[in-house]
Amino acid sequence: MSAPQRDVPGMLDSLFAVARRDLLLAWKRPGDVLNPLFFFAMVCTLFPLAVGPSAEQLTFSGPGVLWVAALLAMLIALNSLFLSDFDDGSLEQLLVSPQPLPLLAIGKTAAHWLTSGLPLVLVSPIVAITYRMPGSVVVVLMLTLTLGTMSLSLLGSIGAALTVGLHRGTALLSLLILPLSMPVLIIGANTVSLAAGNETYSAGVWALAAYAVGALSLAPFATAAALRISNE
Amino acid sequence: MWKWFHQLASPPHFYRIAPVFSTWLLLPGLALIAYGAYAGLFLAPADYQQGDAFRIIYVHVPAAYLSMMAYMIMAVAGGIGLIWRMKLAHSVAASAAPLGAWFTFLALATGSIWGRPMWGTWWEWADPRMMSELILLFFYFGYMALRSAIDDTAKADKASAVLALVGVVNVIIVHYSVQWWSSLHQGRTIMAEGGPAMDPAMLRPLLAMIFGFTLVFGSLLLRRTRTEVLHRERRTRWVRDLILAPEGNS
Amino acid sequence: MATGSGALTTQLSGRDLTLFRGDRCLFQDVGFALQAGELLLFEGSNGSGKTSLMKAMVGLLEFESGVIEWNGKPVGEQRQVFHGSLVWMAHRVGLKADLTLVENLHFESALRPQSADDLDSVLERLDISRLKPLPLRSLSAGQQRRVALARMLLADVPLWLMDEPFTNLDREGRALVMRLVKEHLAKGGLCAMAAHQDVEIDATVKKVVL
Repeated sequence: MSAPQRDVPGMLDSLFAVARRDLLLAWKRPGDVLNPLFFFAMVCTLFPLAVGPSAEQLTFSGPGVLWVAALLAMLIALNSLFLSDFDDGSLEQLLVSPQPLPLLAIGKTAAHWLTSGLPLVLVSPIVAITYRMPGSVVVVLMLTLTLGTMSLSLLGSIGAALTVGLHRGTALLSLLILPLSMPVLIIGANTVSLAAGNETYSAGVWALAAYAVGALSLAPFATAAALRISNE
Repeated sequence: MWKWFHQLASPPHFYRIAPVFSTWLLLPGLALIAYGAYAGLFLAPADYQQGDAFRIIYVHVPAAYLSMMAYMIMAVAGGIGLIWRMKLAHSVAASAAPLGAWFTFLALATGSIWGRPMWGTWWEWADPRMMSELILLFFYFGYMALRSAIDDTAKADKASAVLALVGVVNVIIVHYSVQWWSSLHQGRTIMAEGGPAMDPAMLRPLLAMIFGFTLVFGSLLLRRTRTEVLHRERRTRWVRDLILAPEGNS
Repeated sequence: MATGSGALTTQLSGRDLTLFRGDRCLFQDVGFALQAGELLLFEGSNGSGKTSLMKAMVGLLEFESGVIEWNGKPVGEQRQVFHGSLVWMAHRVGLKADLTLVENLHFESALRPQSADDLDSVLERLDISRLKPLPLRSLSAGQQRRVALARMLLADVPLWLMDEPFTNLDREGRALVMRLVKEHLAKGGLCAMAAHQDVEIDATVKKVVL
């Protein structure tokens, strides 16, 4: 090793490499991506069966039902975020890499959102139409779901990092994440309701965007700290 | 200052001095509560709108205040434990959680009892304060569940400290988002805004109750922390010496 | 070999290391010093804390007390530099079972500094080039170990940390590991290894018995 040591690859390269790897893994196991989507569709089917199919009922409860279903579907998908990395030891390799761990966590969370949040956003119009939601409201629904699921992925990454490797991890993860995610649900669902009632809703959209930005700047550090603790 | 701080943080030292402080907090605390309860129930005039039902605020308000105070203590202690690796701080956080959960429950229960004559229902979903308290209770449950799910104490301490710190940021956001949500649904709040307008004869017992509750809470927290310290240090030399000491030094 | 400014040679040392797992003290006041070209062996029976010691060295666990120094500076103050100077070969290979050998190694290359050796020649030396298109899942445990070795060879780092590197390897594989370590040391690298069996190597060996 007389030659000078080569440089550590750039931070962004590693971020993209992590995201690319996780997307590749998702591509090879499409079931992990599809299951939360089916779950979302099924929860949305349960409500008309339980509370009745009248048009009035559906338009009234539509925004709330879709948002709750999306929240639960995100929760289902979260469990797998760090689990396989923890089990096969590749999490350990990330922890001892010279790259900043919060950035690697962003890479993983971004891939997670692309394979769980984004598909939900894309599927939501189909379900929304069955709930008799008008086109202009569907746009608001997709917008709020986009921002909201981003926040949920970021928040969820903290919970997933805290509970990875624990027995009964799934139930515990829900217990930790649901209270954390309530502001997102409150703002998201009510913004869509406002839009459905032809009232001004822009404040809610801005609040969600602010929340997403705040989560993006804080959550990765908490996730990184939690990963180090959980891997001990 | 630093030396004093370090000495305080040493488990044997804390174990020795905690009962003294605990007693000095407990006695004035109980005295204040006794005065507050008597003055609140018998001396304060009945509310011109709510009648005697308003008197439950003498338990409800202190409990609600302490439910948030305990959460802050839990989060700050967790942060201190994470950053300065102070073990005593983690013991404080661990002891504060069940106390905080209990006060949150008390605030919810008294609020619900109060709501019965005021709203004609045990539970009013649209009240933002009650919703915030309820979500706070869920936070406490999550915190305690995470703690008990991790076997290794040091790991449980650090993980739950991270959760508490994340939670603190979020509790504030929950508070505002719930208020916004309730304003959309014409929430009915019990407490009229405007503290200064309160009759001094009503206010004085309330302040006494708040201070009294806080002192008793501090006393209980010290006692719980002391037990927690003893449990955590059970394998150490000083605990063995303490137990084997002939005259039982406490 | 890049060394920290001021340091004359690459070196790794540990002082007064004490580690607890739960309430149990694994070891107390352990110390060592390792120079370029030397092999450090951690010896001890199962459960003596060899693996925990190595994990704590790379920062995966926290020492109760003591300090690890890389080129004369505590690693806690230069985590990124230290992590950029080592490869950690853990008990679990830390590779993705669903990805192919090449995809796995390609990902690793984005994390650490890479050596000039090209992938094909390294795989050839490790006798795994015919496994290139296969997902890791279909490889045997011993073959997966060889992929982990490829990760070490492809990284341009002075410090190799190996936890039980001979697990799942046949006689030929073990000889290969020793040959690679010896070459690495000859080039001025450092290697720390936890092993419960005797290691015979023609190099300066320092031992820490736990």
